[in-house]
Amino acid sequence: MATVTFDKATRIYPGTERPAVDALDLHIEDGEFLVLVGPSGCGKSTSLRMLAGLEDVNAGRILIGDRDVTDVQPKDRDIAMVFQNYALYPHMTVADNMGFALKIAGMPKAEIRTRVEDAAKILDLTEYLDRKPKALSGGQRQRVAMGRAIVRNPQVFLMDEPLSNLDAKLRVQTRSQIASLTRRLGVTTVYVTHDQTEALTMGDRIAVLKDGLLQQVGTPRDMYDTPANVFVAGFIGSPAMNLGTFPVLDGMAQVGSAKIAVPRVVIDGFKPEDKNSVTLGFRPESLDVVAVETPDSLQVEVNIVEELGSDAFVYGSLLDQTGKPSQNISSGAGDAQIIVRVDPRQVPKMGSTIHVRMRPNEEHLFRAGTGERITTV
Amino acid sequence: MTTAYVALASSTLGQAASTLFGVVEAVGGFIAILLIVFFVAGRATGRLQRPIAIVVCLGPALFLVLLGLVIPAITTINNSLKNQQFLGELNTKYIGLKNYTYAFTDPYTQQTIIRTVLWLLIVPALAVFVGLLVALLVDRMRYASIPKTMVFLPTAISFVGASVIWSYVYNYKAPSLPQTGLLSEVVMKLGWSNPPNWLITVPLNTFLEMVIMVWIQAGFAMVILGAALKGIPDEIIESARLDGASGIKLFRTVQIPMIRTTLVVVVTTVMITTLKVFDIVFTINNGNFDTDVLARQMYADMFVTNQVSRGSALAVILFLAVTPLVYYNIRTLRREREIR
Repeated sequence: MATVTFDKATRIYPGTERPAVDALDLHIEDGEFLVLVGPSGCGKSTSLRMLAGLEDVNAGRILIGDRDVTDVQPKDRDIAMVFQNYALYPHMTVADNMGFALKIAGMPKAEIRTRVEDAAKILDLTEYLDRKPKALSGGQRQRVAMGRAIVRNPQVFLMDEPLSNLDAKLRVQTRSQIASLTRRLGVTTVYVTHDQTEALTMGDRIAVLKDGLLQQVGTPRDMYDTPANVFVAGFIGSPAMNLGTFPVLDGMAQVGSAKIAVPRVVIDGFKPEDKNSVTLGFRPESLDVVAVETPDSLQVEVNIVEELGSDAFVYGSLLDQTGKPSQNISSGAGDAQIIVRVDPRQVPKMGSTIHVRMRPNEEHLFRAGTGERITTV
Repeated sequence: MTTAYVALASSTLGQAASTLFGVVEAVGGFIAILLIVFFVAGRATGRLQRPIAIVVCLGPALFLVLLGLVIPAITTINNSLKNQQFLGELNTKYIGLKNYTYAFTDPYTQQTIIRTVLWLLIVPALAVFVGLLVALLVDRMRYASIPKTMVFLPTAISFVGASVIWSYVYNYKAPSLPQTGLLSEVVMKLGWSNPPNWLITVPLNTFLEMVIMVWIQAGFAMVILGAALKGIPDEIIESARLDGASGIKLFRTVQIPMIRTTLVVVVTTVMITTLKVFDIVFTINNGNFDTDVLARQMYADMFVTNQVSRGSALAVILFLAVTPLVYYNIRTLRREREIR
C-alpha cells in the first residue's frame, strides 16, 4: 500500500497552449479513496492517465509512496486500472482476462489460478470464469474489470468512470460495492467521475477540477458545507445551489424584492473589481416557504414542480419589487431560474407565487470579482 | 469534288444515324419487353402470383449464371473425362479418369503441381508478413501516408505490367558489360562479381517470380490488416500496456488474436489469387526453365499443345483446390458478421 503525490504535475498536449492539467498539487493518503470530479474536459481523466503512465508529464513529478514514478513505464508502477469501457480482451476467457498481467509477469500457472479464483469468489464471478466477455452482461463485465485489478494486488487502483456504462439501478448498487470492496482491501484508490453524486457517496475525499486547475480538495461534507468558490458551490449538490450576484447598498443586498443584510467583513473587504456587489449562494434545501406577509421574504413564481416522492422541488423565477422576473440569478435549472425544496405534501400550483425565506447562517458568500468564498465567521 | 465530299459526309452521317436508331430501337424494345413482362406479372393474381414473380425476378440472373458459369463448368468436367485433343473435335470417347491419373503421374505435371503448392504456401505467408510489418511500423510514423502509398501502389498494377517491370529488374547482362538489371547491379556493387542469369537459374527463378506476386499482394494485406489493427480500441491496448505487455508480447498476445478473423480472410484471399497465378509465369518465362504452374499448363494444354481433355482435368483440379478456401473464407466472414 502506498500514498500518491502529484507534485506540480503538468500536462500540455502537443499543439495546444493551455495545459490540460496545470501544476496539480495533490497528496493522497495510504488506503484513501479519492474522487477526482469535474465537468468534461476539466483534466480529471488526464490526471489519472498521468498517474497510470499513459500520458507524459511535461513538468512536475508524480510519486507513489516515496518512489518518483514520473518516468517509469506503466507496467512497473504497480498500479491497476479499470477503464470506462472495461477494456476486456474479447478473445480471452474471464479467467484469462483476470490472470493476464500475472501471466505476462511470468507467475506459475497454479498460483495464477488460485489468485484468480480468490478474486472471482469476492466478486461472485466463479461460475463465469470460462466464459468469454461477450457472453456476459454489462454488470458482469464491470466486475471482471474490477477482478482484473484486484488479482494484481497493486499499490493503487485507478478507476476511470467505471460505472458510466451501467444502467441507473445497477450503478447505485455497484457504487456501494466498489466503495466497500476497496476499503476492505485497504488499497489506495483514485476514482474519476463527472457525477457529483458518485463523488459525494464514494469518496473519503473529493478533488474538484476545472480547466485543468484544482479548485478544492476536501471531505464530502467540506465540499457541501464550505465550497471554496462559486464553481465548486454550483457543482457539488443536487439540485445545484442557487447563485446570484447582487449590488450592495447601505449594507443590504437587493435580492429580488427583499433586502438581505450583508456582514460587515464583506463590505470592508470589497475590492474595485467587485463593483460593490456580492455573490450570494443558497441551496434549494436552505429555503423555507413562509406566509405572504413575512418580512425579507423572496417572491418566487412557480414554473415547474418536480416531485420525487421524498422531496419536491419548485423551479421558478425570482420576482423583483415590480413583480418582474430577476435575471441575475442562476441555478442547476439554468439562468434566471431558482430552485426551492418544498414539502412534498404541500406542493404549490404552477403559475402561483410563493414566498420563501433563507434559513439564517446557511447562505454562502463569494467575492463578485474572483468568485472566492468569503469567510464570515 | 465538293459534292462527293458532302455525299460521303452525309452517307457517314446516315450510317451513324441508322446505327444510333438501331441502338435506340434495341434498347427500347428490351425495355418494352420488360415492361410487358412486369405488367403481366403485376396483373397476375391468385395461385399463379408467386410462381410468376419468382420466374420474372430470378429468371434473367439464373439464365446468365447458367450461360456463363454452370454450362462451361459442366462442359469442362465432361471434357476432362474424354480423349479430346482439339477444340471442337468430333468423335471423342470417354476414357474415365485417365486424364487425372496422367496429371498425377506425369513427371512434368507432378512438378507443376508441387510448384503450385509452393506458391500457395510461400506467397500468402510472405505477403501477409510484409503487409503486417509495414502496417505496424508505419502506424507510428509521422508521414504514414507516403510509405503506405508506396506499398499499396503495386496493387493497382496489372500482373502483366508488374511482370514486365520486374523482368527489367531481373535483366541479365554479362558481368563485363554495363548492367541494365537493377538486381545484378546491386549485388555486383555489394561485391558479388559474377551473378547468375536470374530468370533461367533453377529453382531461384520460381522464387524470384513469387517476389512479384508478394510485391503486388503485400499492399492489399497492409491496407486490410492496418484497418483491422486500427479497429482495436485504444483502451484495450492501454490496458495491455498496464498489464505489462509491450512490443512483440503485446502483438502476439493481444493484437494478433484480436485481428485473427481478418488475418484468415486476407490469407485465404491471397491464397485464392495465388492458386490462379498465370500472368506472371506466362509473361516472365512462359513456364519454361522449370517455372510452370497449374493455370499456365492448363492454358497451354487447351490452346497451344492441343490436349484439351488434359487441360480440362487440370482446370477441374484447380477448381477443387480453390473450393475449400472459398468455403472457409465465406464461413469466417459470416461468423464475423454474426458477432457484430
